[in-house]
Amino acid sequence: MPGSTHALSSHSPPAAEAAARRGFWWRYRRNRPALGGLLLLCAIGTIAAAAPLLAPFGPWDMAGAPFLWPGEDPAHRLGTDVLGRDIFSGLAHGARVSLSIGLAATCAAVVIGTGMGALAGYLGGWMDAILMRITEVFQTIPPFLFVIVLVAVFRPSIATVILAIAVVSWPAVARLVRGEALRLRRTEFVQSCIVIGMTDRRIILTQVLPNCLAPIIVIASVMVATAVLTEAGLAFLGLSDPNVMSWGTMISIGREALRSAWYMVALPGVAILVTVLSLNLIGDGLNDALNPRLGAD
Amino acid sequence: MNRLGRYTARRLPQTILVALAIAMVNFVLLHLMPGDLVDVLAGESNATDRAYLDDLRRKFGLDQPLPVQLLSYLWRVVQLDLGFSFRHNMPVATLILDRLPATLLLMAAAIGLAVLLGVVFGVTAARFVNTAIDRVISVLALVFYATPVFWIGLMMIVLFTIELGWLPSSGMATIGGSASGIAAVLDVARHMVMPVLALSLFYVALYARIMRAAMLEVLRLDYIGAARAKGLTRGQAARRHALPNAVLPIVTLVGVQVGHMMGGAILVETVFAWPGIGRLAFEAVFQRDLNLLLGILLLSTIMVVTINFLVDLLYAWLDPRIELS
Repeated sequence: MPGSTHALSSHSPPAAEAAARRGFWWRYRRNRPALGGLLLLCAIGTIAAAAPLLAPFGPWDMAGAPFLWPGEDPAHRLGTDVLGRDIFSGLAHGARVSLSIGLAATCAAVVIGTGMGALAGYLGGWMDAILMRITEVFQTIPPFLFVIVLVAVFRPSIATVILAIAVVSWPAVARLVRGEALRLRRTEFVQSCIVIGMTDRRIILTQVLPNCLAPIIVIASVMVATAVLTEAGLAFLGLSDPNVMSWGTMISIGREALRSAWYMVALPGVAILVTVLSLNLIGDGLNDALNPRLGAD
Repeated sequence: MNRLGRYTARRLPQTILVALAIAMVNFVLLHLMPGDLVDVLAGESNATDRAYLDDLRRKFGLDQPLPVQLLSYLWRVVQLDLGFSFRHNMPVATLILDRLPATLLLMAAAIGLAVLLGVVFGVTAARFVNTAIDRVISVLALVFYATPVFWIGLMMIVLFTIELGWLPSSGMATIGGSASGIAAVLDVARHMVMPVLALSLFYVALYARIMRAAMLEVLRLDYIGAARAKGLTRGQAARRHALPNAVLPIVTLVGVQVGHMMGGAILVETVFAWPGIGRLAFEAVFQRDLNLLLGILLLSTIMVVTINFLVDLLYAWLDPRIELS
C-alpha cells in the first residue's frame, strides 16, 4: 500500500543511506502519523487488557436505566443501551474481542500463507504450479461471503470466526512470500547454501524466511485491520460468537433504536474506526521504515 | 484484435478450471455440513419413516460413492441446477438470478462513483502535493479507508433520513408506488443514493490514495519532462500524459476487488434492505437454508471470475505494452 503521508524530507541519496544505516525505530519514529497510530493502538490495547479492571460493569449486565445518553448519568459516562447495559463497559470488553480475534486470525493466516508461499517459491516446478492454483482459487472466492458461509456451516464461535478469517486471508501472504522466495532463491547466498549441501528445509527456515520477515510484518499489520473489520461485519450480521460482546454486536443491538438513540450505534463504530485507522497508520509507518530505500518521496 | 483473441483462447480454459475448482470447494462444504439434503427435507415435512427417507436418499443419489456424487454435482452445476430452496419454494438458481440485477446495479454504480471520485481526489492531491488541499484529502482518505461500510450506512440514515428527511432509508423503490417512466427511474435513483455512497466510500479512499501515489510517480518520469519542455502547461501534461498511465493500476484493482466489494454489498444491502443477493444471503443464513447460501457463493464466485477475465482483457486493450501471458 503506498503511503499517503510522508513527513520525511530526505531526498538526497546520502541522507537516505544514513537513514538506512540508523536503526529501524529511529526511522519509524520520524513518521508522525505512524507514531500516533502506535500510541493509539497501545491505548486501545491497554483498555482491552485491563477491561475487567477499567469497566465498571460486565458487558451483559443490565447495570442501569436503559436509553441513557452519554453524559446523562455520571455512573454511565457513555450511556446505556436498550436494556440498560453500560456502553463503556461494552466497548472495553469489545476491544478485547476485536483485537484478539484480529491477532489470532492474522497469526493463523501468516503461518499458513508463509508455509505455502515459501514451499511454492523455493521449490518451484509442479509444486509451485499446484500451490499457486490452490491459492488462486481461494483468492477468487469473495472473501466476506466465504467467511459467512464457513461460519454458518460450522456454527458461530470464537474459534470458527478466527479460522474463517484466516482461511480467506492467507492467500495474500502466500503470494507475497512466494515472490520473495523466488527472488531469494536466485541470490548468491542461497545458491552457496545449496552448493555446500544444506537441506531445503534448513535453507527455507534459516535463510529464506528470515529475509521475508519485513514484508510479512507490513502485510500482517494491515491484515489485523481487515480482520477487525471482518469480525465487526460478522457480528453486525449476528454471525459472531453469541456469548461474546463485540463492537459489531453492539451496533446491531443499537440499530433497533437508531431513530431515538443513535449514540448506541455511533460509539462502537467510532471504536472500530479508530482501531482500524491506527493499524493502517502503523502499517504505512512499518512499510516506510522497513524499506528505507524504497519509501520516502 | 487478433492478439486479444489469442489471449482469450489461452485464458478461457484457465478460467473454467478455476470455476470447476470452486464448485468442488462448494461440494466439500456441502458434505461437511451436519446432515444431508434428506435430513433437511425430513425436517421440513416432519417425515420420520426410515424406509421412506432411505428411498429418498437413493432417489437423490446420496447412497452413491463420493466421487460419483461429485461428478453428478458438477454436471448439475454446469447445467445451472443448484438445487431447490424449500424456504422460498423456488429453484436456487432462479432465486439468485432474480436478485442478481439489483446487486449488479448497486455494485456497478458504486464502482463507477469510486473510480470517478477516487481519480479526481487523487489527481487533485497530487497536483497540490504538500499543501492544505493535499493534506485534507489524505486525512479524509485515511479515515474513510478505516470506516466500516455498514456503520457509515447507518450514520447516513441517521443524518439523511431521520434528521433531515431527505432520502428513503430502505428498499429499492417506494412500496405501492405506481410511478412509471422517468418518475420510476428517479424513485429508484433516490433509493440508490445512500447505498451506493456507503458502498463506494471505502473504494473512493483507496483509489484516491493509489491515484495520488501513481500520479506523483509518473509526473517525475522523463517523458513528462519532455512534454513540459515542448511547451505544455503543468495541468496539460498531467491530464493528457500522466493521467492515462496513472489510471492503469486502478483498472487492475477494480477487477481484483469485485469479490471484496461483494462483501460490502452484503452489509450495505442488509442495512438498506436492498433486494439483492447480499440480502438473500443474509436471509439464507438465518433460515439455515445452507443450500441456497452455497449457491450464492458459487454463482458470485463465477461472476468474479468472469469479471476478472473481462477486466484483464480491458487492461490488455488499454495498454498494448502488456505481455499477454
